[in-house]
Amino acid sequence: MTKYIIRRLLVFFPMLFALTIIVFTLLKLAPGDPYSQMMDPQIDASVFEEQRKARGLDDPIPVQYFRWLTDAIQGDFGDSFRYKGRTVAELIWDRIPNTLYLGVFSVFITLIVAIPIGIYSARNPYSPLDYAATGFGFFGLAVPNFFFGLAVIYIFAIKLGWFPSQGSISKPGLEGFELLKARLHHLVLPGLTLGLASTASYMRYMRSEVLSVLGSDYIRTARAKGLTERTVLYKHTLRNALIPIITLLGFEIGVLLGGAVITEGVFKYPGIGTLFLESIGNRDYPVIMAITLMLGFFTLLGNLIADILYAIVDPRIRYD
Amino acid sequence: MAVTEVVEKEKTSQETILEVRNLKKYYPIKGGILRRTIGHIKAVDGVSFSVYRGETLGIVGESGSGKSTLGRTILRLEKPTEGQVVFEDKDLTNMRNRELRPIRKDMQIVFQDPYGSLNATMNVQQLLEEPLIVQTNLSKKERQELVDEMLEKVGLRPQDRMKYPHEFSGGQRQRIGIARALILHPKFVVCDEPVSALDVSIQAQVLNLMSDLQDDLHLTYLFISHDLSVVKHFSDRVAVMYLGHIVEIGDKKDIYNNPLHPYTQALLSSVPTVEKGKKREKIVLKGDLPSPANPPSGCPFRTRCPLAHEKCAQVLPELKEKGKDHFVACHLHN
Ligand SMILES: Nc1ncnc2c1ncn2[C@@H]1O[C@H](COP(=O)(O)OP(=O)(O)OP(=O)(O)O)[C@@H](O)[C@H]1O
Ligand code: SF4
Ligand SMILES: [Mg+2]
Repeated sequence: MTKYIIRRLLVFFPMLFALTIIVFTLLKLAPGDPYSQMMDPQIDASVFEEQRKARGLDDPIPVQYFRWLTDAIQGDFGDSFRYKGRTVAELIWDRIPNTLYLGVFSVFITLIVAIPIGIYSARNPYSPLDYAATGFGFFGLAVPNFFFGLAVIYIFAIKLGWFPSQGSISKPGLEGFELLKARLHHLVLPGLTLGLASTASYMRYMRSEVLSVLGSDYIRTARAKGLTERTVLYKHTLRNALIPIITLLGFEIGVLLGGAVITEGVFKYPGIGTLFLESIGNRDYPVIMAITLMLGFFTLLGNLIADILYAIVDPRIRYD
Repeated sequence: MAVTEVVEKEKTSQETILEVRNLKKYYPIKGGILRRTIGHIKAVDGVSFSVYRGETLGIVGESGSGKSTLGRTILRLEKPTEGQVVFEDKDLTNMRNRELRPIRKDMQIVFQDPYGSLNATMNVQQLLEEPLIVQTNLSKKERQELVDEMLEKVGLRPQDRMKYPHEFSGGQRQRIGIARALILHPKFVVCDEPVSALDVSIQAQVLNLMSDLQDDLHLTYLFISHDLSVVKHFSDRVAVMYLGHIVEIGDKKDIYNNPLHPYTQALLSSVPTVEKGKKREKIVLKGDLPSPANPPSGCPFRTRCPLAHEKCAQVLPELKEKGKDHFVACHLHN
């Protein structure tokens, strides 16, 4: 196992490295730069020219890349172009908690909704509730994130006024329980939106896993032993049906981060995702690169965790 | 001659341990977008027979003839559609799970696939101990002793008990399956093709083990197989299944030496015999096994029977006694 993890880590870093090269090059090849956004007839163009030179934007791409890489390896992701005087690290640290809340909330909703419904569907296939769940499943997988987000904003924020349509807290300076309440209130709509597709797919997964486990001989064996239906379900069925689901959770990290970018954008929720979108608009290269690196890192880490979890929950899997 | 007869009498009493009466198991076929029931697969379609204490009743038949369904329905792992299952004078047919639980101690099953029938997330110790936990009040120590004793009985080393099923070979896994089934000292065991998934060289070992355990623990077996030579070696009586029906049932020697049903005759003709001076003509059946969702009218075998006549399409032949304890369902023998 340790050997396997080491081997995985050995490819981990080259992949991150390749990712940064690709993203860096694409960014630089795209037209415009941070200063083209700031063009102002009042200011002489030569001012920007000088700044460009000063920050090395006129150097060849490989030179710029290696400068970025050398700093990044030492943990220095530079300063933002946009927010003068703020380091990239500060900007990101400020936003991380919000994205973390959103992710955890969304996974939590996904699991408490998808697993029980999936189990129910499998134990009562073709029942009315199973049909409803199947219908919801197709809907959840088919409807794009941003569209669902706009729809729930229209219905639950604008028409019904139950939840706020944007932001992460209603006003600054809240504390304790009030703060928690405000956060949760603001998390509901983006959390549901972000979790929609995952909920749908976990539900389908759970249904088919439980269905196939229920039809297997070892469940017949368990019944033949005279176990109660509860024991058959919890000890024998779920333990086996949850194996692939647990594995999916690792991959979920990447899916969530990707989805968070769009969902946060729709809800103007101040997390990493909105920072990423803003930075792309502003061509704030250092921020974009740092977030890309972070997304890549967590996605790969998630995959690694998935594989390790797999080995832990399924005694058949041995990596060596 | 006289000696063997006495021995056989001793082994198989005529005391009935299990009686199956007109048992049916239909699976609904769902179709259309609303998945409504649009028909039935008649996996077992009106089967009656008895099993005597201490004997081995072999069940033979082609793939899809309903052997596994029969075994599972007898053990109430499936709910019968119709008919009755009476085990030691207790009618299991409509019992609820709670009522069945204490009876499960006495009736067990060994499955064909020694991998799929063992929960892969449990080690041998857990697999064998679980039946003891639910069915007995034994202490941890007593359970441990029984587990070790059973492992030894089936030829596994007690120190292997912390291993998981995938760490064993197919033959060893089947030994675990057998140990699991027998640890409660059941009276009646359904063996659903217990050796078909195993290497030929291992088959004999496992069969011998099962035979020894039968003597040791006074077991009654319902032995399901599609291998006629294995059944011949292993059974006292044999029932032949075709499309959810028993078409012939009787003593092993009657079935093998004097098959009456055209299907039994065809099945046996395809088994190479080594007995000298006896050469069977090979009867080749035309066509495939019909679908149990849409069985032929009258005699289920009539679409492939070389001797089919008009009556066969109209009337379902019933099992009739043609010799002592030798029953056949065919209009030619009425
Ligand atoms: N759970 C089920 N749902 C629907 N149909 C089933 C089910 N189990 C069995 N059948 C059908 O019932 C028929 C009899 O199957 P069964 O497994 O009892 O046959 P078998 O004689 O054991 O065959 P084999 O030798 O291949 O094991 C088959 O047509 C099968 O497709
Ligand atoms: S009843 Fe008719 S079809 Fe059926 S086996 Fe006998 S002869 Fe053949
Ligand atoms: Mg079978």
